[in-house]
Amino acid sequence: MTVRGLTPSQTVGPFFHGIVGDGANVLVTPETQGDRVRVEGRVYDGDRAPVRDAIVEIWQANARGRYRHPIDRRSVPLDPAFVGFGRAATDDAGAYWFETVKPGLVPFTADTWQAPHINVAVSARGLLNHLLTRIYFEDEPGNLEDPVLQRVPEHRRRTLVAARGAAGGRVVYRFDIVLQGDAETVFFDL
Amino acid sequence: MTPIGRDAEVFPPYLYEAYRATIRRSPYETLIEFRPTLSELTGPGPAVSAVTPEDADLTRNAGTGGEAIGERIIVTGRVLTGDGEPVPGTLVEVWQCNAAGRYRHRVDQHGAPLDPNFLGIGRCLTDAQGAYRFTTIKPGAYPWENHENAWRPAHIHFSLFGPSWLSRLITQMYFPGDPLHALDPIMNSIPTAEARARLVAAYAHDVTQPRWALGYRFDVVLRGPTATPFEPFEPAAGAR
Repeated sequence: MTVRGLTPSQTVGPFFHGIVGDGANVLVTPETQGDRVRVEGRVYDGDRAPVRDAIVEIWQANARGRYRHPIDRRSVPLDPAFVGFGRAATDDAGAYWFETVKPGLVPFTADTWQAPHINVAVSARGLLNHLLTRIYFEDEPGNLEDPVLQRVPEHRRRTLVAARGAAGGRVVYRFDIVLQGDAETVFFDL
Repeated sequence: MTPIGRDAEVFPPYLYEAYRATIRRSPYETLIEFRPTLSELTGPGPAVSAVTPEDADLTRNAGTGGEAIGERIIVTGRVLTGDGEPVPGTLVEVWQCNAAGRYRHRVDQHGAPLDPNFLGIGRCLTDAQGAYRFTTIKPGAYPWENHENAWRPAHIHFSLFGPSWLSRLITQMYFPGDPLHALDPIMNSIPTAEARARLVAAYAHDVTQPRWALGYRFDVVLRGPTATPFEPFEPAAGAR
């Protein structure tokens, strides 16, 4: 029950870059446990023009599927070398990237699971509220049973699934974010 | 459309044509609802906490040894959840233009002077009562390209994390009595006058320090974890 009025959202505007620290898009150190992955993509508007002033934020579980948060009290171990939060500003091509690990399975209910995924918030000039989406990984068989993906009409699910590739001997997942129009990314009402 | 998880009387719609940048950046498709899971009920707020005391004084944190030019102000308030609980230890980030209305940013082309002693970036953590406090200078108004003779009212950008992924908030704080409020499409994208008023700080004489700085109070109310039950994620008996 809300007893105090919530504070409304406003756009992040074009001048936010000072809060995006250097290296905020690198979530791993040499000690971090799990499979290193690079997640990269571009943000596009309804004209398929790059969004050069977006901030992409991610939040994820560690490689074992544990969130670093007080309400995740499961016995799955935390990784002292992994928090799970990252931030990236898009460049002049609308591109962003993160160096992270692939997260583990996380619970949906006490005995059902969600496929590995990264939670994403997109803010930009022209977005009066941030947009929430998720990155899934195309090589995860659990996607077929994922309870959130199942809420999404089948023909739109692919907008939430990052394509696996490789560059320089490393695994790279490609995830473009389309704010509007053809192939518009699925965004969530939460 | 307005996201249903966010009250349509409080949060702006994605498409608000008077703010032109929304026209090609707002989704056409209906946002898809689902009941929040552990992924949304957790969030980075409790873990993101790297600040130094100097970060909260924007009049001196440029690293030049000099002080920013402008009307020195103190901006303070509490961060609460909708049920009135304080949010302690949460990161509050602010950014703003200088007293002349110019951001230290490569895309700001406004022909107003930069202040070498002002970065316009600050951060602090809330204390045990959810209170934060910044010392800064009052930002200027500045022109923008949205429409003919468009000027943004003086404002300070705020970014907060709060307890969960759902409590994340990016907003702007305005100053009382500014005639530009009624002309600003970003502010007026908020559907009701009552909700808009929550973004206007109050002049607070009890915060004002004699012979030093004017005080403003601005409380922020975030969506709280109590809005959604999280029983499904309690470990099964014996699994603790």
